[in-house]
Amino acid sequence: MNTENITPSDATNADPADTVSATTLANPPSQPDQDSNRRHFLRAGVLAAGSGLFATALVRQNASAAPPPPDFYPPPSPPAAPFAMPLPVYGAKATSRALSPSPTKIAQANEAGRLPHQRWEQFPSLKLVEIRIKQGSHSFHPQYPVQTIWGFDGICPGPTLVGRYGEPLLVRFYNDLPANLTGFGSPEISTHAHNLHDGSESDGFAGDYFSPTKFGPTLTRPGMFKDHLYPMIYAGYDQYPATKGDPREALGSCWYHDHRMDFTSGNVYRGMAGSFLLFDEIDSGNEKDRNSKALRLPSGIGTFDIPLIVADKRFDANGMLVFDQFNTDGYIGDKFCVNGKIQPYFKVQRRKYRFRILNGSTSRFFQFYLVLQNTDQTFTYIANDGNLLPAPLQMNQVRLAPAERADIVVDFAKYPLGSRLFLVDRIEQLDGRGPQDGLVSPGTQVLRFDVDTQPSMADTSEVPATLRALPPITMSEVAQNRIWTFDRTVSGWSINGQLWDVDRPDAIIKKGTAEVWTLRVSGNWWHPIHIHLEEFQILSRNGVAPPLHERGRKDVVAIGPGEEVKIFMRFRDYTGKYMMHCHNSIHEDHAMMMRWDVVA
Amino acid sequence: MNMRRTMLGGLGAAVLAPPLVMHATDPKAKPVLPGSPAIQSPSALSQTYFPNSIFTTHEGRKVRFYDDLIKDKIVIINMLLITCRDGICPLMTANLRAVQEALGSRVGKDIFMYSMTINPEYDTDFMLKSYAKGFGVGEGWSFLTGPKADTEVIRRKLGFYNLNPEVDKDPNQHTGMVRIGNDKLDRWCVMPGMLSAKQIAYAVRNLA
Repeated sequence: MNTENITPSDATNADPADTVSATTLANPPSQPDQDSNRRHFLRAGVLAAGSGLFATALVRQNASAAPPPPDFYPPPSPPAAPFAMPLPVYGAKATSRALSPSPTKIAQANEAGRLPHQRWEQFPSLKLVEIRIKQGSHSFHPQYPVQTIWGFDGICPGPTLVGRYGEPLLVRFYNDLPANLTGFGSPEISTHAHNLHDGSESDGFAGDYFSPTKFGPTLTRPGMFKDHLYPMIYAGYDQYPATKGDPREALGSCWYHDHRMDFTSGNVYRGMAGSFLLFDEIDSGNEKDRNSKALRLPSGIGTFDIPLIVADKRFDANGMLVFDQFNTDGYIGDKFCVNGKIQPYFKVQRRKYRFRILNGSTSRFFQFYLVLQNTDQTFTYIANDGNLLPAPLQMNQVRLAPAERADIVVDFAKYPLGSRLFLVDRIEQLDGRGPQDGLVSPGTQVLRFDVDTQPSMADTSEVPATLRALPPITMSEVAQNRIWTFDRTVSGWSINGQLWDVDRPDAIIKKGTAEVWTLRVSGNWWHPIHIHLEEFQILSRNGVAPPLHERGRKDVVAIGPGEEVKIFMRFRDYTGKYMMHCHNSIHEDHAMMMRWDVVA
Repeated sequence: MNMRRTMLGGLGAAVLAPPLVMHATDPKAKPVLPGSPAIQSPSALSQTYFPNSIFTTHEGRKVRFYDDLIKDKIVIINMLLITCRDGICPLMTANLRAVQEALGSRVGKDIFMYSMTINPEYDTDFMLKSYAKGFGVGEGWSFLTGPKADTEVIRRKLGFYNLNPEVDKDPNQHTGMVRIGNDKLDRWCVMPGMLSAKQIAYAVRNLA
């Protein structure tokens, strides 16, 4: 490995597309002509859709795409007037002074039978958080009945977890869900902090699910709780000990959700998802920070720094949440929730806000616009998948596949008091396999911003021209190239023709190496592919450099029909079982997931 | 663009309505307090989901699909054809035989296994009996044949379908996975049929 030329303070980054020969791929692989009634689109249209940069509706080449057969979906949800509830916003989840019993390296009595915490001795001082997964009562909308959800601390979304680099965090997840709950999902849990850099035993491996009476195939016993150690180190800890990892690998807007194998889609749909925000001295969470390195982005969790978890849901005639346990293609809802409420409103001051938008849907894609009086507004795009870009971008739309994130800064000082702006989705999606290739207009208003008050204090927050440098792509570190093809098999979804097997690693990767993975989608559907442990950078999308906003670090990449994405990824600091899977969680539960192991 | 709106189908008028309706919320529809009896559990589609169409077992018994085969049971269901072209059916049957072995005496007690033919014209109960015998199938595992139309309904209800009608016509597209469910809990998932018998049996036990 040649890493001598890399230091964390190296702020210059080669354009990934220039660094490697990314233009050699002339044509994406040809596809079997399945679903041919939906394949009559321009290749250019597909590529543009994949790039996420097109701003105008493409001409639909096939306007007769059949809607799903009527028996696949229940009737539409009953009416729910939009903007009837305020957007729920949380402050940070409080830490606990102590946990009883105290956390231990090796799983203790009453704890699910996990492997020992890696690097335990290196983190003697831990911040402690306790979360109880339990039922709670929730109102999605005033016109629907209050109903039971499964949530972290019994709320939907779960509390906002906050981590700070250099301050290791241990979260104790209690599973208080009764074993005899009925309906979709399954009340055993394996919480994944997406996409934290952590040990496999804390990563929410799909086979590591537990309850007081049951345990997954990769645990050794059930438990009341399971401790997850989030070391709050940058990836590259072994490489750059002085800075506790490479600060260019800092994560920002993450989320945590259930990952119980075979039942992830139902469990997350039931409410088990929350935001997990990470800060360091650059992205310090303090817009008045005097540290010269601090960016002073709009700050204050729940005041000017607002996570927006957008997820579609469907309700029956009585207004109760419905799901289809027998659907294998992907499940789409017809009501759009933000932070657990259908189409809420949010009162804002005339100043800058940071919105951390997450697509928390099962299968639905979004393409969001910020609209004032039928006019699309420009906003500042600062982070893709929660990772700050080297420099902000001015954009007027953001496209998000399931699990993708975008941080945007909106300055409401541009708008007079009384203005109403809307976050609008313009994707057309008819079934769970992926979006149509065009856009709809005017689209669906998901969230309304009411420019409500004059700020009491001057807005000193900023979006500097330089945000966070990217770690270099060093091809000499690459120990292995692998190709992964995502396809449909008989009644399931496959990776390289294989279906999920919790016991079978499909890649054995040496710790401390880098690899280049080629991700291909075969067939006429979309797969947002998520890889655990570290972020990757896109070397090429369909043989060319990715669009600007994808030239950062990512942990989910949306790959469309016939597309091919080449990524560079490092595997550092930890060993054990990790996963790559489709984050259309119906596909994930129908076996589009593979285990890979990092070995010393 | 307007035609697109009509194609959104499930998106109700409320979603696309302008914000004028914001005051239309019924003030009486206030959320009830936690703990109130008005709190309900999410509804599940699988309740009253399966029909009671009549199938014949490989032992010649007439059975109602839901009431006799599913109700209050833990079930393992797959689709097969005796003439399975790509060979996955016999492999899966052999694998499920090992699953039956692994689950021991619970099969036939609270766990039941069903293999339904998607080719009922050919796969009669007589044919299925000899097929089952060839695999040494034990108590608690029934091979089912029934009218084609009823079979198609069950197949789709179980999720063994393809959205593309052309692909869906090929019966070989509907084998390979096993549907696992616990009717009492209304809890259902699928697993690849060729996973190790140990893993399938483990998942079934955890569904109880």
